[in-house]
Amino acid sequence: MNSITPLLQGLDLACIRDDRSLFSELSFVLGAGEVLLLEGENGSGKTSLLRILCGFREPDAGQVSWCGGAISTSAYRANMAFVGHLDGVKKELTVLENLRVALALGQGNGGSLDAALARVNLAGYQDVLISALSAGQKRRLSLARLLVTAKCLWILDEPFTSLDKQGIQLTEQLMSEHCAQGGMIVLTSHHPIQLTHGAVQRISLSSCL
Amino acid sequence: MYAFFAIVRRDLRLALRKRAEIINPLLFFVLVITLFPLGVGAKPMLLQAIAPGIIWVSALLAAMLSLDSLFRSDFDDGALEQLVLSPQPLSVLVLGKILAHWLVTGLPLVIIAPLLAILLGLSAKTISILLITLLLGTPVLSLIGAIGVALTVGLRRGGMILSLLVLPLYVPVLIFAANAVEMAQLGLPVMAQINMLAAMLVLACVLAPWPTAAALKMSMS
Amino acid sequence: MKFIPDPIGKFFHRMASPPHFYALAGQMIPWLTGIFLVLLGYGLFAGLYLAPTDYQQGDSYRIIYIHVPSAWMSLFIYIVMALAGAIGLIWRIKLAEIMAISSASVGASFTFIALVTGSLWGKPMWGTWWVWDARLTSELILLFLYLGVMGLYNAIDDKRTASKAVAILALVGVVNIPIIHYSVEWWNTLHQGPTVTKMDKPSIHISMLIPLLTMAVAFKFYYVIAVLQRARLELLQRERTSAWVKKLVMEQSK
Repeated sequence: MNSITPLLQGLDLACIRDDRSLFSELSFVLGAGEVLLLEGENGSGKTSLLRILCGFREPDAGQVSWCGGAISTSAYRANMAFVGHLDGVKKELTVLENLRVALALGQGNGGSLDAALARVNLAGYQDVLISALSAGQKRRLSLARLLVTAKCLWILDEPFTSLDKQGIQLTEQLMSEHCAQGGMIVLTSHHPIQLTHGAVQRISLSSCL
Repeated sequence: MYAFFAIVRRDLRLALRKRAEIINPLLFFVLVITLFPLGVGAKPMLLQAIAPGIIWVSALLAAMLSLDSLFRSDFDDGALEQLVLSPQPLSVLVLGKILAHWLVTGLPLVIIAPLLAILLGLSAKTISILLITLLLGTPVLSLIGAIGVALTVGLRRGGMILSLLVLPLYVPVLIFAANAVEMAQLGLPVMAQINMLAAMLVLACVLAPWPTAAALKMSMS
Repeated sequence: MKFIPDPIGKFFHRMASPPHFYALAGQMIPWLTGIFLVLLGYGLFAGLYLAPTDYQQGDSYRIIYIHVPSAWMSLFIYIVMALAGAIGLIWRIKLAEIMAISSASVGASFTFIALVTGSLWGKPMWGTWWVWDARLTSELILLFLYLGVMGLYNAIDDKRTASKAVAILALVGVVNIPIIHYSVEWWNTLHQGPTVTKMDKPSIHISMLIPLLTMAVAFKFYYVIAVLQRARLELLQRERTSAWVKKLVMEQSK
């Protein structure tokens, strides 16, 4: 994936929202093949923390670094992919057109789009408009986006919502494979996750309340 | 560069699939211009005299109203997040989006303008100058407007504030463009005004994508 | 930050620390107010009483002692606002952000005063309250720019985000102001001819100039006072969760 060993680090992070301190002095180190699971109730700051890691929000204190550098660089963005609660796909375009745009924005890993779609059980949906897909199918499409782009760090906000049992299993399997290849994942989830590969670190945010 | 064209292609395709967004500003433009004779009376001399102003003010308002569609849907469905997270420079992607937006909202105005100019009694030579000013001026409106939309896209009721932000910045374009058409009517040289508009277009192309990109990043938080 | 030597950088950071600024501004305001009142008193006395009557305009010209300094301030404050905004954007200094937004309403007020006094002056000079004169028109557009800045700041709930938005907008405005000004001037000469250049006053007698400059300096002091007051309030509001504000409130309520 990348010649330098990837390393995502958060140091003394704090987030204040509407006069309420969501968390403070939060630190973590995430290395290759590791998973960071953020737990906590609604409103405990999970999504805020993810948005800080994406660089959308600035932390109110502390800093996030990628391989020792700032995360506002394109080098960081070339290595990370984010799947939020919004799918980020255009519903007037077809599955294939959406994936092609994603490829143009990031960089592909050379794998074929059809293979990726087959991997997430969307084979044969290439020319279907997104507006005709179910919520679960859209979720799986965003997994396909992760598969066709060569990103080392996945940041996933509630990846298991609106997925059925097989969908959840598939997601866990893909995450395990990603970790086995030296990738790293940050995710929030209400569900317990079961991975065959990857050391899982947990941060519980509700304790800071 | 590849990403730039991918964005332009994507947005053009999207516009083709929801045509209402192309038609609406165009209809607005035509309607406002038809309202003027009804308001000031069907006096050919008067209409001819204020035609440059009418056409340009209407074009300004139509361009402003069409701005909302520039980033709105991308913001709502999360595509904007993906744009901001792309390793490609955001200002280049933004320029692609503005180009596509102008092609589907600005260019139709330019194409239909001669028809409306005939309704208001402009001569053929004046119409050709009008076309040049519209071709040079409306992209500037899109470029400047993009800054305003990027600043307000995260707000639920950004419409009113958008006009407050954007319209004062449109003043120079309005002055030079409407004046060029007026001078052309009188048979006077208009090269100076055309040159000014061209200079503004170049300046806006180079400068406007930066604050737009910065404002979009800000709107993400 | 790299190009600024370390001690200077540290000095600025200490100056820009909210509690320090709050206390310092509080100490400075009485002094500034004193200087302002002295300057204002002298300026008004000299302008309204000592300065001779203009042979063309009679006593009505005396409104320039308010109008001209306000017009100068309106532009000056916009530039200060954009600079403060840029500093806030680049170096993430919270105080610069606060200075920028605190300047906006003061600047808008000066712009408004310049417009009103200009129009009052116009009545005896041109016989009508409003003329589409280049200066008045530019001033009016400047007022819209200020209102846009203030409107945007109020529309965004998160004040840190709002400060960034305001800084971007102010910078865009600062690039555009010369273009707007030039185009309005050009438009005006085309449509009306240079009839109103009387306002330029190429030669002004020294006894009229001194009160004018005094008033200009007095207005600058007023701006500093107003902006510091607003900045202190804004600072308290933004830092209301921090320890120093809580301590301050405890001490005050004793």
